[in-house]
Amino acid sequence: MTATEAPRKGVLGQRLVRREDPELLTGEARFVADLKVSGTLHLALVRSPMAHARLASVDVSPALEVPGVVAAYSGADLEGEWAGPLPCAWPVTDDMRQPAHLPLAAREVCYVGDAVAVVVAESEYAARDGAEAVLVDYDPLPVVVDLEEAAADRALAHEELGTNTSYVWELKPDEAAVEAAFASAAHVVSGRYVQQRLIPSAMEPRGVLVVPQPFGGEFTVYSATQIPHILKVMLAVTTGISETSLRVIAPSVGGGFGSKLNVYAEEVLALTLARMLKRPVRWIETRSEATQATIQGRGQIQEIELAADERGRIQAVRVRLLADMGAYLQLVTPGVPLLGAFLYSGVYDVPAYSLSCRSVFTNLTPTDAYRGAGRPEATYAIERAVDLLARRVGVDPAEIRRRNYIRPEQFPYSSVAGLVYDSGAYEAALDKALQLAGYEELRAEQARRREAGERHQLGIGVSSYMEMCGLAPSRVLASLNYSAGGWEAATVRILPTGKVQVVTGTAPHGQGHETSWSMIAADRLGISPDDVEVLHSDTAIAPYGLDTYGSRSLSVGGVAVAIATDRVIDKARQIAAHQLEIAPEDLDYGGGEFRAKGSPERSMALGAVAFEAFTAHDLPEGLEPNLEASSHFDPPNFTFPFGTHVCVVEIDTETGGVGLASYVAVDDCGNQVNPLIVEGQVHGGITQGIAQALFEKASYDDQGNLLTSTFMDYLVPAASELPSFVTGSTVTPSPTNVLGVKGVGEAGTIGSAPAVINAVVDALSTYGVEDIEMPATPERVWRAIEQGRRP
Amino acid sequence: MIPASFDYERARSVEAAIRLLTERGEEAKLLAGGHSLLPLMRLRMATPGLLVDLGGIRELSYVRRSGDDLAIGALTRHCDLAANELARADSPLLAHVAGQIGDPQVRHRGTIGGSLAHGDPASDLPAACLALGASFLVAGSAGERRIPADEFFRGFLETALRPDEVLVEISVPRHAEAGWSFQKFTRRAQDWAIVGVAAVSDGSTRISLVNMGSTPLRATAAEEALAGGASAEEAAARAADGLEPPSDLNASPEYRRHLASVLTRRALEECAAVT
Amino acid sequence: MRVSLTVNGKDRADEVEPRLLLVHYLRDVLGLTGTNIGCDTSSCGACTVLVDGESVKSCTMLAVQAEGTEVSTIEGLASDGVLHPLQEAFREHHGLQCGYCTPGMVMAASSLLAEHPHPSEAEVRVGLEGNLCRCTGYHNIVKAVLSAVAP
Repeated sequence: MTATEAPRKGVLGQRLVRREDPELLTGEARFVADLKVSGTLHLALVRSPMAHARLASVDVSPALEVPGVVAAYSGADLEGEWAGPLPCAWPVTDDMRQPAHLPLAAREVCYVGDAVAVVVAESEYAARDGAEAVLVDYDPLPVVVDLEEAAADRALAHEELGTNTSYVWELKPDEAAVEAAFASAAHVVSGRYVQQRLIPSAMEPRGVLVVPQPFGGEFTVYSATQIPHILKVMLAVTTGISETSLRVIAPSVGGGFGSKLNVYAEEVLALTLARMLKRPVRWIETRSEATQATIQGRGQIQEIELAADERGRIQAVRVRLLADMGAYLQLVTPGVPLLGAFLYSGVYDVPAYSLSCRSVFTNLTPTDAYRGAGRPEATYAIERAVDLLARRVGVDPAEIRRRNYIRPEQFPYSSVAGLVYDSGAYEAALDKALQLAGYEELRAEQARRREAGERHQLGIGVSSYMEMCGLAPSRVLASLNYSAGGWEAATVRILPTGKVQVVTGTAPHGQGHETSWSMIAADRLGISPDDVEVLHSDTAIAPYGLDTYGSRSLSVGGVAVAIATDRVIDKARQIAAHQLEIAPEDLDYGGGEFRAKGSPERSMALGAVAFEAFTAHDLPEGLEPNLEASSHFDPPNFTFPFGTHVCVVEIDTETGGVGLASYVAVDDCGNQVNPLIVEGQVHGGITQGIAQALFEKASYDDQGNLLTSTFMDYLVPAASELPSFVTGSTVTPSPTNVLGVKGVGEAGTIGSAPAVINAVVDALSTYGVEDIEMPATPERVWRAIEQGRRP
Repeated sequence: MIPASFDYERARSVEAAIRLLTERGEEAKLLAGGHSLLPLMRLRMATPGLLVDLGGIRELSYVRRSGDDLAIGALTRHCDLAANELARADSPLLAHVAGQIGDPQVRHRGTIGGSLAHGDPASDLPAACLALGASFLVAGSAGERRIPADEFFRGFLETALRPDEVLVEISVPRHAEAGWSFQKFTRRAQDWAIVGVAAVSDGSTRISLVNMGSTPLRATAAEEALAGGASAEEAAARAADGLEPPSDLNASPEYRRHLASVLTRRALEECAAVT
Repeated sequence: MRVSLTVNGKDRADEVEPRLLLVHYLRDVLGLTGTNIGCDTSSCGACTVLVDGESVKSCTMLAVQAEGTEVSTIEGLASDGVLHPLQEAFREHHGLQCGYCTPGMVMAASSLLAEHPHPSEAEVRVGLEGNLCRCTGYHNIVKAVLSAVAP
């Protein structure tokens, strides 16, 4: 694999503007909240203001007095309605502990925001008024907030479990080797890093509309979800409604970042109430609900140790994780630490590895997958620790990385943690990033400012990452106890008029799949992407799929489109050969046309072939009519994108304010279908990593009250807080799929948080600062400087 | 979120507003741009029984000279004040501060009178008015009176306005020749100041602080130090003397004290540079 | 309470509850669902519309406060199926991904350009301080707005 492979000619690799955009730009797109069905009832939930309490009484009768209110139910009222609990699909160990989790709490609330009652009304305003009227008596129970306290079982988040530990999971291929490496190490560095809880903050809050169909007892569920297919299965399981009576549609969805990769109480509740009341039912989340009742991300304490030789070459990595599950296990809550657990050796050639993870319950909002899910955490720990190692060894952060990178000739590389990395050229990405950043000049400017004692000091942070994405080979998921597969479906049809229909199982919510998938099919068919329509996110149209998360859509779903397209061409070739009275292997295909090898005047256009397939008047013996093919692609391996980011911060040493002076990202996601979209993914990813490093934290008081429940307090950065980014890329195709693609949805986020904090710590290193907790707020930076100034 | 129900009246004049306030007492609230009150109402942290909308009283939106003062109608929006040529010439501090509030959308709706009457210690205009030595003309059922800014801010979200009074005009001494500075420290541009400092230097120096206590405040210790001949640095070190700044997610009291000193020093340096 | 106003050039008059927020009036009464709701504290700007040509957050204004005004929403920007230059610029520069913040962002940008026809990059960034986007990192939004600046 090299970084010099020329992109193929054709549509792939072009910066096509997105076909999704016009309806979004004109306001014609329909998000769930925009759907209007006459006779719809509106839900408002009553949520617990206590983090842990027994429900002494829930009196919904005052709500029924409110004009417009149609019904109101407590958790106890609906207890008989559920066929199963809210699902957790990832029991990572056989002995994992799991509390009961119902859509409405009936006896006990376990976090602030846990829903205890629901009010159904003719309007949103009336529903809200009704919810305000519900009377609830709570008997407080001890509250578990702090992660380490939780691990010590001093108070219990769920008394009935007898412990706060949900599971302990270990990855220890060779403990003796790890111990030997530490025993003989020239350098040992260790770090303890807190991955603060983050609120995913998709701009569209969640929402669901359930419409009972007039005949047949069927339901159409419109949900702001990333996973319409998984949701359909899970709704059937939790409500007892037959899967054949459910149709799930994800209309325009306003971002997800993992927060809509879940099966939520409100979705189950809305379906159940639509069934009970025989009317359409709608629930639209408010932002201050979203901060509490939608999953949060991260929430880990990481202890990492590196053993290295004299020159700083890493000999072993040892990691202990403490992971915050929150109050309940949502869809993949317990699996999130595992998605990072294999990656704590980063981009480095590490011979010995040991990791253990304890996951505990707290009385806080459940955690689950948020952009990167486990991988940003892992990358942060190793990239912070490697910077520390550079300092111990006394070399530049770029140099320590060069000494440790897995070299291009080592690919495919079998990692000590048990993965096989598909391809990589890590040093090339570093070189390009340093060159784009003007690294030498930056170091000189940094030295000048230090020398001059200027108020604004520079910090330069480097981070090299790689990640495993393209979730996921189904057999690997099985080995990790995940309950589902990781394949993806695609169907490609050539319609009688020669237009092309692609049906995908992915469920985009901002990623531009319609544009990119049309490019993949058009490239192979040799036609214009404008002639390809892409259908998705409706289980009646795209019955199979495993949806969109984990940077999987292109490298699994897009590859399925490519394979299905090739299969369609194969079938068309047989028809064309029959029509042209020539052997199929004697036909060339290109530009939407079959031509006889050597006599191109004997040709047949794809549209003509499609029409023949449609009329079926004269098909080869034994060939079925219609020009259509499907693929259900199960990837043989993950893909492993990588890159290096360089962040430059400018710190006001008087106030502790951190300004971003510049940001360079060089990412390698293999072949790029549409670089415009790739760059957009990188920009957004970088910003969410910067947000974790400098701005965001879900803050709780010691009683489990969320102190950052609005966008006034939870500091999602705006344009005014950010610089423009310099992005570059290298191209190292993945050998594991026909497109040579990797994933890019999470890469930016994975690379950026450590780059920013490495820069901040670099700036503060003259004060003896070796670490700063995220987010690096002005006060934290100021305190670090003050600490350093003290003799 | 959705506010609880309330009655609503559009006041066509200040007199009409005063009449409604007198009739309905404490349950009535004045609505100007709504950018202080409506957010609280949406979270149901405020549930007034009556909103008296002043928005239709166009004649309360003006900027004009009045003797040595610049007079600003209470319903003048932040964006209009920020862009007003007369304001920029006669009270560049006030015009500048108006342009720093919230974000453009907030400045298109929020009014100077609404902001001052809300009396939020974290808001920028009250501190600017303190530094400028402003005074406020208020009208009530007992007639008009003028309240100096120094006597206006009484407690947390509490002002000297009586329940039946309407703030109608803000007067600030013109300070075209004076040194001035406004230092606002935030984590995001749209946020309230973690700490802000306004200073006006015209022979003597007045310094006021944003978000350093339960009300907008003067930095009296620093002012006195300056008057006593202290350097900017020495005076700034005393900016937070005697104050009890709040603690929140963005800053501890200790950090706020530190910021107040740093920003005061910068403000004084900038004042000196302007004059 | 009766409210009379102009929305996207059309006269409207409706009987509304005083507490009805302008954004709900636009969305639920007039069916103009292009204006989105992203928060409940006037922070995110997703609900930005123009009132008398100036950007406001329609979640922080009562419908009755819009009496006598001219309101413009995203639906009024394109004409006869032709995107407005700002909309075109957002598309050209990939200034949107999920598109949820986009109507508010475009309206805020149009107000910004009306007030500052030739902004610098820094002025665009600060001018959009009241609008949050979670997808784009703003890079391409800023690029789009700068590209839409009249020569």
